[in-house]
Amino acid sequence: MLKIKEYVRAESLAQAYELNQKKSTCILGGMLWLKMSNRTFQKAVDLSGLGLDQIEETEEAFSIGAMVTLRQLEQHQRFNEFCQGIAAESVKSIVGVQFRNMATVGGSIFGRFGFSDVLTCFLALDTYVELYHGGIIPLEEFAKQPYDRDILVRLIVKKMNAQCVYLTHRNTKTDFPVLTCAVSSLDGKGYAVIGARPGRAVRMELPANWEQEEDCRELAVRIAQQTTYGSNMRASAAYRKHLAEVLLVRSMKKLAQERRGH
Amino acid sequence: MKTVNQPIMKKDAMALVTGKPVFMDDKAPKDCLIVKVLRSPHANAKITSIVTKFAEKVPGIEAIYTWEDVPKERFTMAGQTYPEPSPYDRLILDRHVRYVGDPVAIVAGKDEACVDQAIKMIRVEYEVLPAILDLHKAKDQLPLVHPEDSWKALCPVGADNKRNLCASDESHDGDVDQVLADCDVVVDRVYHTKADQQAMMETFRTLCYMDEYGRLNVLSSTQIVFHVRRILSNALGIPKSKIRVSKPRIGGGFGAKQTVVAEIFPAFVTWKTGKASKMIFTREESQIASSPRHEMEVHVKVGANRDGKIRAIDVYTLSNTGAYGEHGPTTVGLSGHKSIPLYGTPEAHRFAYDVVYTNTMSAGAYRGYGATQGIFAVESAVNELAAILKIDPVRMREINMVREGQIMPAYYGEKANSCALDRCVERARQMIGWDEKYPCRDMGNGKVRSVGMAMAMQGSGISGVDVGSATIKLNEDGIYTLMIGAADMGTGCDTILAQMAAECLNCSMDDITVVGADTDTSPYDSGSYASSTTYVTGKAVEKACMKLERRIIHQAAKMMELPEDEMEFDGTCVCHEASGKKVTLQEIGTASMCGNPDALQVTESSSSKVSPPPFMAGMVEIELDKETGQVEILDYVAVVDCGTPVNPNLARVQTEGGIVQGIGMALYEEISYTEKGQMKNNSFMQYKVPTRLDMGRLRVEFESSYEETGPFGAKSIGEIVINTPSPALAHAIYNATGIWFRELPISSEKIAMGLLKKQ
Amino acid sequence: MKITLTLNGKKIEAEIKPDMLLIDFVRQQGCSSVKRGCETSNCGLCTVFMDDEPILSCSILAARADGHKIDTLEGLQEEAEEFGYFIANQGAEQCGFCNPGMVMNAIALFREIPEPTVEEIKEYLAGNLCRCSGYEGQLRGILDFMEYRKNGGAR
Repeated sequence: MLKIKEYVRAESLAQAYELNQKKSTCILGGMLWLKMSNRTFQKAVDLSGLGLDQIEETEEAFSIGAMVTLRQLEQHQRFNEFCQGIAAESVKSIVGVQFRNMATVGGSIFGRFGFSDVLTCFLALDTYVELYHGGIIPLEEFAKQPYDRDILVRLIVKKMNAQCVYLTHRNTKTDFPVLTCAVSSLDGKGYAVIGARPGRAVRMELPANWEQEEDCRELAVRIAQQTTYGSNMRASAAYRKHLAEVLLVRSMKKLAQERRGH
Repeated sequence: MKTVNQPIMKKDAMALVTGKPVFMDDKAPKDCLIVKVLRSPHANAKITSIVTKFAEKVPGIEAIYTWEDVPKERFTMAGQTYPEPSPYDRLILDRHVRYVGDPVAIVAGKDEACVDQAIKMIRVEYEVLPAILDLHKAKDQLPLVHPEDSWKALCPVGADNKRNLCASDESHDGDVDQVLADCDVVVDRVYHTKADQQAMMETFRTLCYMDEYGRLNVLSSTQIVFHVRRILSNALGIPKSKIRVSKPRIGGGFGAKQTVVAEIFPAFVTWKTGKASKMIFTREESQIASSPRHEMEVHVKVGANRDGKIRAIDVYTLSNTGAYGEHGPTTVGLSGHKSIPLYGTPEAHRFAYDVVYTNTMSAGAYRGYGATQGIFAVESAVNELAAILKIDPVRMREINMVREGQIMPAYYGEKANSCALDRCVERARQMIGWDEKYPCRDMGNGKVRSVGMAMAMQGSGISGVDVGSATIKLNEDGIYTLMIGAADMGTGCDTILAQMAAECLNCSMDDITVVGADTDTSPYDSGSYASSTTYVTGKAVEKACMKLERRIIHQAAKMMELPEDEMEFDGTCVCHEASGKKVTLQEIGTASMCGNPDALQVTESSSSKVSPPPFMAGMVEIELDKETGQVEILDYVAVVDCGTPVNPNLARVQTEGGIVQGIGMALYEEISYTEKGQMKNNSFMQYKVPTRLDMGRLRVEFESSYEETGPFGAKSIGEIVINTPSPALAHAIYNATGIWFRELPISSEKIAMGLLKKQ
Repeated sequence: MKITLTLNGKKIEAEIKPDMLLIDFVRQQGCSSVKRGCETSNCGLCTVFMDDEPILSCSILAARADGHKIDTLEGLQEEAEEFGYFIANQGAEQCGFCNPGMVMNAIALFREIPEPTVEEIKEYLAGNLCRCSGYEGQLRGILDFMEYRKNGGAR
């Protein structure tokens, strides 16, 4: 059982950051993952009073506060219009509505979980993370970093001409994904993201002429080969690699179709 | 019929949907002790030392018990009629721990936090022993799971602890080998099912306290109050007269709560300390240290002529009872006795089995109780046979299935007196559109739609063993009280038994108050398991009501001073037609309480020499993605012959619930162990039960036969309904892929990788 | 530590431990409709409303509810009876242990989407597990309830 000696509702990011420099402190995001741990913390710092629960839109970007819930993300009309629904698509299978009312975008991204739908989705967009101490860095870079004691403040998603497709395979409808796959075209440049490998999601660039490739499958095999796959209780590495190829083919075909429709 | 065969709302329904405090933990006193156990991290080990003195110093700790503190007489935790077929192989705490999760110490304290802390501070040293985790490596091999001399089997079930055998037997009719040799085709296959969890939403839990008479009171979420009383008496070494067991509403059971799982620990604490205590299993404990389905490997040979006539069935089952033998000797029996008799044509059959001990979690009773495993194997083998013979599997059933009036040699020689299986198959065939859809259609997008089918049967109580009883009494306002020892675990037996009473006594449902299971006040009942309650206890209700009616007439005759045999009871009055005189039920009830020596209360028991099987057919249409292996259930049709459905709504929901559990078992409910014997699927995160997005669409109909020996023609429904999904889905998947999957669950990975390999 | 919250319309102040979970707090306050079915946020049995949104009370600190509004089925008895009747009328309540969470979430569903499609119903309630009913009877009950509401609340 999770044990906490003191609960602090942070009054500022500065305070939260300072408190979090101690190993005996934890940050409360959605706390769904944390809740299952068997650890003891001196202090739990709650970020919920800092107004980080908003999705804001400017001319250039969407700013998504760390405490925005997955449910907010799922239901945000403007953002989903921009990303063609992949935000909603990527979270809709996560357990249930109640769970998504609690789980936060910040928690999902900071955790950089090996099963993360959310990380896969945002890697397919031109996403940056704003860290309290570390400043603004590309999500792709953040996704590779080891865990530290910084605080994720918000995600910034740059607006551009985006077409995206998101597909997953799950053993049951609301289980963790066995594999996630997102393919996007951002201002005409193609990307593929593979997640739940079961390691952290990775982003790969599609060749410039990917839409012209005769054999989509051959390309999918090449892309799928660029990353590694592991085995766990949900599936073997071999099946995951196979799924990566299948889902890449499907998502690239669908994306190409959508782009032709544009 | 006015109330029987009517879709009447359950008596407790509104309390349940509005969340009233009717479950065990809602009723527990706030200050009762919290009981938890320290569990073994090893699959097989001897405790060499155990130090509790540091843990005892944690503030709030009331008591800590180890193997040294408990009685040394072995017992079984299986809820079965005495003498139990399950061997006496348990202690409350044993120095020898036999699976990861086996209890090592009991800790009681004032709250969860101090108990958790104390558990961490108990120092245990183990001598770790090699463990058996594979059911193939148990029989006549070492190490022995139960080397102890105090192990004993009360019944001749072929058990031998020095051979790791919990049970072993063989039975046959005719010369199977000879008939098989003479068949045109023989399928010879091995099927494997896992130790699935019942996963009822309310975990195991028990509250204990001492009453004003110095007796141990046990309020438990159990299906078997009377067996719990005996088991606690055996375990604690105290007289049964010192124990009272009752049940509140139960948050699901499915057989899990036909075994004592939580009860002994708080019972021991309360008996020792005199203080109220409760134990509530976490979901993790419910997953890793409980009473799941027996893992079985079923070897089937079915021989037939080229025209499709089945001539011989040979079944050998290897069952894994885990570390202890609860329900081991009995579940296995159903794998043959409730699969082979689905076919009326065989000239010969043989059924043999071994049940082995291993160092995995002890198995127990789970809906279907071995029949589920056996029917997956036999029905799959018959589907395989049909494929080889290129005969439509429905046609194959029409040629061979058991028919009303036939003797069933593999079902203890009982006659199928009520059997509408033929109508079930025919109706299911129409409902799903079998002729148009069999075997499959390529949808042209990498997806295939296909159909699959299976038949099933079960029993209605344990013949010659189960006892159901009912007490019914008339109160002064003309309202009846019905007392039963059967356990409503959500199934609605309080309601359906009241329906039967209302039908017999010609009154409304509101005129029957039902009082549930309590060993102090209920008439004896074996408990709610083995699909017995409707059939066995229902018959007792019918008998008791009929007798009470005669008593009511007798009382009225005394009041009117007219001959009894000229009276009629219409439910509200007893009338003497010739004179036009009558007395009302209220008047009779009131008069019975003044100067009357004849009790207007009757207790009757029932037990049956036969166990009439319900039958059913299940057919499924799926869409299968050939690249990912994903299976979507489009339509599941089930047609059931449970005799007269006493409450069609509840019978329907039983069927739907059983099918969805069966779908989970077939497609994704997985039980797996690490090399060290830790069960990996230890939460709802890692053990996936179907959600409402997973189950597709279900359609249920009834084709009723009339069972003369049952109340109002009824047979059972509770268990049979879980038996068709595994074989029907395996069949549909074959029809989509050309591959037979003989091990459950059939995951999308197995399907996709199987197809890749085939290419 | 001290928290102040509105539980089922009543303002309460309580002294709690910082790591107390909301489920344990509301049960302690007599809201025993709130059930625990797992430790991994998977079952939906412990659903309550926080500021009118359905959440899992097993997965949030009671401390976090400080200053907020919490509702359990105890505070929604009229709606529970009105809606629950249709589940009960199918016999789909079965053991009843998952019912309070499911009924809570169904109430949330109808507040958010007054006329949901079958697909929307299934998706919204996907996080509410039930092992007894096989869900089909619950769906029948929900569709009956919608019909009843369409008819202006006449059974």
